[in-house]
Amino acid sequence: MSPTPHDLLRDRLPAELLSHTREGVLLVSPSTTGQVAEIMTLAHEAGWRVAVRGAGTWTPGDAPCDLVVSTTGLTAIPRVSPADLTATVETGVPLDALQQRLAAGGAWLPLDPPGHPGRTLGSVLATATAGALQHSRGTPRELTLGCTVVTGDGRVVTAGGAVVKNVAGYDLTRLQIGAFGALGILTEVHLRLRALPEADRTLLLTGPRDQLTRCARHLTEIHLEAAAIELASPRATATGDWVLLIRLLGSAAGTAAEAARITEAVETPVTVLTPEEAHQLRQTISLSFLGIPCAIRLGVLPDGIDDTLDMLINHLGEGPLTAEPASGGIRIGADPDAEMIHLLRRTLAEREIPLTVERAPWALRSRTGHFGAYREGVGALVTGLQATFDPAATLVVPRVSLD
Amino acid sequence: MPSPLDHALLRDLRAVVGPGGLRVRPAELLALTSDGLPTHHAVPRLAVLPATREEVIGVIRVLHRHQAAFVARGAGTGLSGGALADRDAVLVILTRLNRILHIDPAGRRATVEPGVVNATLSEAIRHLGLQYAPDPSSQSACTLGGNVAENAGGPHCLKYGVTTNHIVALDVLRPDGTVVRLGSPSGEPWGPDLVGLFVGSEGMFGIALAVTVRLVPLPAEVRTFLAGFPTVRAASEAVREIIATGIVPAALEMLDQASVRAVEASIYAAGYPTDAAAVLLVELDGRPEAVAAESDRVETLLRQGGATTLRTARTAEERARLWQGRKKVFGAMGRIARDMVVQDAVVPRSALPDILDRVEEVGRFHGLTIVNVFHAGDGNLHPNICYDHREPGARERVLAASREIMTACLAAGGTITGEHGVGLDKADLMPELYSEPSLRQMCAVRHVFDPEERANPGKVIPVRYCREWGKGVETL
Repeated sequence: MSPTPHDLLRDRLPAELLSHTREGVLLVSPSTTGQVAEIMTLAHEAGWRVAVRGAGTWTPGDAPCDLVVSTTGLTAIPRVSPADLTATVETGVPLDALQQRLAAGGAWLPLDPPGHPGRTLGSVLATATAGALQHSRGTPRELTLGCTVVTGDGRVVTAGGAVVKNVAGYDLTRLQIGAFGALGILTEVHLRLRALPEADRTLLLTGPRDQLTRCARHLTEIHLEAAAIELASPRATATGDWVLLIRLLGSAAGTAAEAARITEAVETPVTVLTPEEAHQLRQTISLSFLGIPCAIRLGVLPDGIDDTLDMLINHLGEGPLTAEPASGGIRIGADPDAEMIHLLRRTLAEREIPLTVERAPWALRSRTGHFGAYREGVGALVTGLQATFDPAATLVVPRVSLD
Repeated sequence: MPSPLDHALLRDLRAVVGPGGLRVRPAELLALTSDGLPTHHAVPRLAVLPATREEVIGVIRVLHRHQAAFVARGAGTGLSGGALADRDAVLVILTRLNRILHIDPAGRRATVEPGVVNATLSEAIRHLGLQYAPDPSSQSACTLGGNVAENAGGPHCLKYGVTTNHIVALDVLRPDGTVVRLGSPSGEPWGPDLVGLFVGSEGMFGIALAVTVRLVPLPAEVRTFLAGFPTVRAASEAVREIIATGIVPAALEMLDQASVRAVEASIYAAGYPTDAAAVLLVELDGRPEAVAAESDRVETLLRQGGATTLRTARTAEERARLWQGRKKVFGAMGRIARDMVVQDAVVPRSALPDILDRVEEVGRFHGLTIVNVFHAGDGNLHPNICYDHREPGARERVLAASREIMTACLAAGGTITGEHGVGLDKADLMPELYSEPSLRQMCAVRHVFDPEERANPGKVIPVRYCREWGKGVETL
């Protein structure tokens, strides 16, 4: 009888790293990049199928596999440099724990992704799920300066570096962020940080959706310096109302002046939230996407927001929804079938709007892929890239969907 | 003159671009043997100048049919030898593709051909209250296609980000003559970020036929400070203090005394204090109230840091003059050095004071004058190494000094290039930055776009890391 994955891994790794999932699948929780590489080399050679998991709060851990590799043991923060506003962090670190650690040095990672605050950093970066702050503070791709990745066959590949500017070699970091684990396992990243702002004000506008998007457009036209402008649906806020949240970060004087300008510029009444109220509301919105099986994101130009929202609500119902009227991003929670995703993708592709399935049960995401509706020639490039990082398809990820 | 082997190739290229679109005579090719890196020169096999998108596609399909290598070239202002083609490669010059194809003021997007000059785009949209933010010092000459290839930076990238943060979509012509559209107008990718991968790939994945860029509003208020310091170290420490406050200046530049004196002795004289060991240019922009609050803080930090001269540009003209001085330093240096290598490296910002001391030591050791003018806020150094190429051994000393500076930057946790690219100049340093598996992976990624390695061959990664991959690549 040939040795099982458990037998082989037990010989190579400390026993405490091995356990089983609730479904009885072997679960290994390496604590170093070297261990991840050893596991993947073995898996590649033995032909095992490996699923990668973080804290298990975002992507369901339901992909069929021979072995689950958990990143939750990768919890080191080797370097935080408040003077340089950079940090090096392993990807199993929960985002809330990271923010706490950074705050002690007067810094933060300006990402506000949906989901549980204890999502791992790796989950946020592999899926490139960002919240409304990306409008001003940078997307996950822009905030990740470099990375270490273990490929599907166990090679350790690094890209980028720990400094804020770097063009040495091809930008494999950008390629990895948002690749949904198809190009290897992210184990460590170098991050660009920001200093904690002196002032953090949130303004709330409530009203009909089209009135709020009109307000947001107007504020964009007058060049409002907001850190985030986010529209959220009644299901997202659990208040029964559409709201527009405007977040101002910076100096006390600067944010006070912008808050006054907003109040003057819009007809809708403006409420200034206390920091606790603002935090609570943002948390409610973030968690709302966990109450429904699927989260979908779209990239739209601001002038296409209204039409696209109508279309999405018409097809997917009034689930939790957020939109960034200034930068054009939309996220909607829904419970669609694969045919609906395919239909939406085709329709939206005609308007040059990409649809990404951010979160869904395996039964759906394995049929739709995270991405799809590629332009001619692009699907083949993505497939080719995937093959260079994971030649034997050891990593269990939805294969490229060429719908 | 072309070899017999080239006759068929020339005939086919002529059919695409006409006789006016070809350069084959040695005298014609002489002007194309250099870019902005004076230590390297190469004579191309021939040069072709397509004038339209269709002609570029036609040219690349001919080159594919003939299995000919090629190097795409814009204005030739690159500083790493990336636009040099040797006898085995055809130069494809893209400067005739200089049309702005579309401007969408509401969506803040513009689509341009690759030969559009960087500053031309910003000029064309200024009346709309918009700008294209990345502003390399060569912006009055360099092309957006070249900016995409090198992921170019510039002083104002400190706040606004480098080229890759401003490119949302690309029409890419692959070396086999097929065209793929990457990205979307919103910037959201259709899958893994292939636009991000293509930007900065130094022309080794194909040619950008159309570039869709993000535009940003012109700031409501701009304030520019000029601060002179008694020592380079004091100026470096002031930079560190400003960054650590969380204020993100639009630009934070440093010029050392030698570069200040060169500027002040030239037609670009900007009123910099020539008695200061180092000068900082700090620019804040945004809403007036925010700029006023940040200005107070920056001014305090500059004074506390020991600034002996401190003034603010009072008018737009004065501000323009201060910036002209900074951007024309390289031109001004022509008065004091016959040749100059503009080096490029990045260190953690907190390492600036020590690394500048090291640069000075290296210059002293090799008997070379090295002047520094650089993006201090990013930790992006530009040690400019002055020499005279006619002097025996001078080139070798320059190369040795460059290598020692790069080694020091790597030891400080930095990198070998922040915005100029690897090109020919630094390919040999890549193994000091990346492991063998990482370099092999880069080659494998490149092969997905260009399996025959015909686009800009011999650049960025030492060939041995690509060729030894061998069969592994073919099975991918």
